[in-house]
Amino acid sequence: MGIDMLYFAWVREAIGRDGETIEPPAGVGDVAALIAWLAARGGGYATAFADPARLRCAIDQRFAALAAPIAGATEIALFPPVTGG
Amino acid sequence: MSVRVLVQQADFDVGGELARLEALGGGGVASFTGVVRGGDDERGGLDALHLEAYPGMTQRALEDLAGQAGARWPLLGLTLIHRYGTLSVGERIVLVAAAARHRAAALAACSFLIDSTKTRAPFWKQERFADGSSRWIEPTVVDVAAASLWDASAEHGRP
Repeated sequence: MGIDMLYFAWVREAIGRDGETIEPPAGVGDVAALIAWLAARGGGYATAFADPARLRCAIDQRFAALAAPIAGATEIALFPPVTGG
Repeated sequence: MSVRVLVQQADFDVGGELARLEALGGGGVASFTGVVRGGDDERGGLDALHLEAYPGMTQRALEDLAGQAGARWPLLGLTLIHRYGTLSVGERIVLVAAAARHRAAALAACSFLIDSTKTRAPFWKQERFADGSSRWIEPTVVDVAAASLWDASAEHGRP
């Protein structure tokens, strides 16, 4: 089953798209591993995901840690730290 | 508690929003309005502020924050309106307002909501300058510390 990825702010700009559906291999268990797997695509992905410490994520529209497991997730968003208000 | 949470592109009517809260029968209404600040940047000044939101999640995140404020202070009502899209210098960005029987709860709830919105709501701000360049805003240490203070006071049971 695919996961709907969403990208925001400079992550979206670096990758050049606001989202996509992916099917990560079985060994990709948490968000950090997912980021590393995507970064290995190179190009804009490598740029966007070069420094995971600058990234935040949400799983199914709830904020989650990069160590959070992705099993069962249907939507995962990757973005910079939020700056509302 | 009467809660009104809106995520929208359009401007809002501060007077009308405060009047709604005043009509709830409490003794006080507090509010904070965030406005696009003019820059004195070397890039020719700030032309506009662009706010990106996460459709679906942003509304829910703000409703969660409103619920936390309602659980923490005895409020009669609160309003949280946050705009997205491209806003010019001087335009309103956000309104938080709270009604309570006494001022302390209303003021504290407003302060909590604006601090929390800066670090807990999925919005991203990009400054767009007169010379055509742009820059995504990074969270400030002050903002992160302000939001953390509320966590610390919750753990210690203080308002």
